[in-house]
Amino acid sequence: MPIPLNCLLRVNAIMAASTVPVLDPASPNATTIRNLFVSVFLICCAIFVVVVALIVISVVRFRGGSTPVQDFGRRRSEVVWAITPVMIVFGLSAVSTKLILSILAMPTSQVSEAGDADLVVIGHQWWWEVRYPAAGAVTANEIHLPVGRKLRVRVEAADVIHSFWVPQLGPKMDMIPGHPNFVWLEADRAGTYEGSCAEFCGDQHAWMRFTVVAEPEPQYRAWLAHQAQPGSAPADALAEAGRRFYFAQTCANCHAVKGTSAVANAAPDLTHVASRTELAAGVIPNTPQNLARWLRNPQAIKPGCQMPNFTLDDEHLTQLVAYLEGLR
Amino acid sequence: MTAGSIANSQPDERGLSAESSLLGWFSSVDHKQIGLLYICTALVFLLIGGAEAIAIRLQLVVPNNTLIGPSLFNQLFTMHGTTMVFLVGMPILTGFANYLVPLMIGASDVAFPRLNAFGYWLVPLGGILLHYSFLTGSAPNAGWFNYAPLSERAYSSLQGVDYWLIALLVLGIGSVSSAINLIVTIILRRAPGMSLQRVPLFVWMMFITSILIILAIPALNSALVLLLIDRTLGSAFFDASRGGNSLLWQHYFWIFGHPEVYILALPAFGMISEVIPVFSRKPIYGYEFVAASTVAIGILSMGVWAHHMFAVGLGPAYDAFFAIGSLLIAIPTGLKVFNWTATLWGGSIRLTTSMCFAIAFLVQFVIGGLTGVMFAVAPIDWQLTDTYFVVAHFHYVLFGGTIFALFAGGFYWFPKMTGRLLDERLGKITFWLMVIGFNMTFFVQHFLGLMGMPRRTYTYGDHPGWFALNAISTAGAFFMGAGVLVFLWNVLRTLRIGEAAGDNPWDAFTLEWATTSPPHEQNFAQVPEVKSRRPVWDMNHPDLADWKLSRTPEDRRRPHSAARLASAAFIVSEAMFFLLLVSAYVVFNRTTGESSAARVLEVGRTALFTLLLLASSITLWRAERALRAFDQDGFLRWLGVTLGLGALFLINQGVEYAGLLHRGITISSSLFGSTFFTVTGFHGLHVLAGLVALAILFVLGKRGALTGRRSDVLGAIGYYWHFVDVVWIVVFSIVYLRVLS
Repeated sequence: MPIPLNCLLRVNAIMAASTVPVLDPASPNATTIRNLFVSVFLICCAIFVVVVALIVISVVRFRGGSTPVQDFGRRRSEVVWAITPVMIVFGLSAVSTKLILSILAMPTSQVSEAGDADLVVIGHQWWWEVRYPAAGAVTANEIHLPVGRKLRVRVEAADVIHSFWVPQLGPKMDMIPGHPNFVWLEADRAGTYEGSCAEFCGDQHAWMRFTVVAEPEPQYRAWLAHQAQPGSAPADALAEAGRRFYFAQTCANCHAVKGTSAVANAAPDLTHVASRTELAAGVIPNTPQNLARWLRNPQAIKPGCQMPNFTLDDEHLTQLVAYLEGLR
Repeated sequence: MTAGSIANSQPDERGLSAESSLLGWFSSVDHKQIGLLYICTALVFLLIGGAEAIAIRLQLVVPNNTLIGPSLFNQLFTMHGTTMVFLVGMPILTGFANYLVPLMIGASDVAFPRLNAFGYWLVPLGGILLHYSFLTGSAPNAGWFNYAPLSERAYSSLQGVDYWLIALLVLGIGSVSSAINLIVTIILRRAPGMSLQRVPLFVWMMFITSILIILAIPALNSALVLLLIDRTLGSAFFDASRGGNSLLWQHYFWIFGHPEVYILALPAFGMISEVIPVFSRKPIYGYEFVAASTVAIGILSMGVWAHHMFAVGLGPAYDAFFAIGSLLIAIPTGLKVFNWTATLWGGSIRLTTSMCFAIAFLVQFVIGGLTGVMFAVAPIDWQLTDTYFVVAHFHYVLFGGTIFALFAGGFYWFPKMTGRLLDERLGKITFWLMVIGFNMTFFVQHFLGLMGMPRRTYTYGDHPGWFALNAISTAGAFFMGAGVLVFLWNVLRTLRIGEAAGDNPWDAFTLEWATTSPPHEQNFAQVPEVKSRRPVWDMNHPDLADWKLSRTPEDRRRPHSAARLASAAFIVSEAMFFLLLVSAYVVFNRTTGESSAARVLEVGRTALFTLLLLASSITLWRAERALRAFDQDGFLRWLGVTLGLGALFLINQGVEYAGLLHRGITISSSLFGSTFFTVTGFHGLHVLAGLVALAILFVLGKRGALTGRRSDVLGAIGYYWHFVDVVWIVVFSIVYLRVLS
């Protein structure tokens, strides 16, 4: 079967080179769960080896032969071999209850004050709205974190159910309309971590990804302060033409740019769009060329996404790209 | 496979051989023919669902593939899941049960042959309805568990989901009717000496499965009707933006969905429990423990549904409760595995194709069970749920488990059903293709899950390792496809030139092997004496007869009215349906303190008509007493009064509805309206159904066709009528008297 051309064009920016993220945790909760997984896995392996060994020995040793002794079973052996599973089940029940309480206790302890989340992430079909309420910063598909400090995250959904999951940073949490949930987000080392939507949410569930950038506190603060700024004014005539086109057309009906009359949030906030690493929730890296490709026909890159093909001509496309690339 | 299989069977009662008349198959009420119809229908859908699986794997073979777009991909995996669960798994297991249970217990047919045919014909009807959706522009595409609000009109505007809802309702009615039939058959139609402690374990498993079906399917039905009302009448049960609750769908779906896993797994356990002993030349080890552990699994399975919802944020108390409940299931399940292994131990193992599949089942089911234990530990579930790890897990249970058990059972019972032995050499080829293909496809998916690949994604980026593992997975699918084709070739070839099987080619133990292959219309010329769990073994090995070595309890008294028993089973099912509908009412009307209910409902008038409805139970009881006393006039008089009282109740309900609608309170105006009309409307429909049934009996009584000799028919309808009254007492207390708010 032919490898599609697109496959070669779409090179995903995979900066975190963690091949098995669930087993390569970067937060205390994810580490706890990894350790739990490994222990349970080893117990399961032991059970598997014993059972399969018994089956294989029976089949090899007792193959063929004449009519065997008709054995109907003994009550005592049933009790004896029930002991091990019972003990394992009790052990796992205790451990899992303890960890459920310790991992969930933190975020739910503050649920009553729904307003005091450090970070609000809202799932949309098919992108992530990211809001830092204290700083007044709004971005999309990219979350920044200070290394070693916990952020309390409220996850919500704007339309259907989504699920917020950064495998290296801890358990996933569903984003449910009318049912806000809380999780801690924390990274104990700097790096870029990939996240994705884990609950099927429609056509483009596959391309509902995001990145989490964990960086030292000063850099994080600088980033946050910058994200809270209004969008830059156009730097040249081309960009100015793009700005006028943006407001003359329907762009502002969905996309906000802070400091302008565009305030809608039906689609990603574009105030600092050029500062982000990826476009359209992880489909393509954010380069001027890719931005132009995207604007030319979003449906060709992310079929079924909410942004229609506006069939822009080259002139307006160039102007618009110039304006958006100035929004750093 | 079927037409030829009956070629040498006996002429049926109308003097036509079954083969000579295609119409014979359409009009058949014989449990064996219906069983084969179920199996063949399921095989057709297996090919469709399998083709969908191959298409899914082709799309995922390389990163960023554009072979199949997202829209079609989402339809394919939705249809694959729905087809495999509702149109392959359930019908094929029901088919085997239909064919085998009456034979195994020494009966000539099921208790209700015509109900049996009705149940079967709903399967093709549901299947066609579901697939008809392709012609409307879009098959259902919201996943086989169809989570709201994605499945609401706002996000799935095409007709696919509507077809899905209606098809599942149709299939669910068929499943419940066949389950009731099996329950009554197993309780009432056992041969003399065949006590419940002596029936084959397959019968035990089907008995528990049938009970799970009548309890679980109505939970699904209640979710389906609520969503259907949302989609077609504009209510907002699952729409949070209008006060609804999208988690309610998940609760209702999984109250059905988790028992459903055991509905698909227990019959497979039953098949394994027949195949392993025969090919080990020993009785099953620990019969009582295998049977009792099934009861335990059945009970536990009704209380662990929220382990499918660990990631929705139910809170620590719920998570811990459901984690512990789910872990407990490992104990009875582990007990089964130990008993199967102990049956092998010390036997004389015959590695037939059937036995090979059974052994592969054991190993693969252990893997699926152990990953299930991992998922029961909620924190692990938080990481791995909705990834390819869970896809691997449930395919190990349902494919590596159930489908492999079906192959084991298929090779084992094929000679009984057709009179010919499947080719062992082709069988072994099928076996190795399936084992290699299955493990290639699904074992690597465990790693993909750990590597962070979410399930249900139509494509993926070029992350390190993802391409290689997905390519292996896809390659494995082709091995399985080839295995299925070799199997079908084997079946077709065997039907033409296969070796004749004789009555009992495996020297097997249970009653179905005591008759011809295939069995004739009446199943047995004479049912052998049953003094143990293995009557055919006793016959063939008199010096080692079971009843000499291990005593089993004799048969005890059993109920004798099939109609009343079926009615009771149906009521259990209906009770579950109303329980969830009324729960929805309570959920949505809990907080609206001095709710609209108090202001708009005329409690006094309805209380009067409630008394009339309750009085109708008493008049029906009098009618029944008169009928039993052969007092035909008294019977008709009291039944007439009952009909009148029921009609008055419905008229009042109509007047009440008209008043509410006049004041703008409709099913879509508020959640009170939605829940009120849904609960009282479904109750009203049940009253109407009861009235129709009673009216039919009235006419029959008038013509003298219903007399005291058939009083159990009125008794059965009576159960239903009293039940409808009891439901009304609950509805009246909660809706009108607001005892819960």
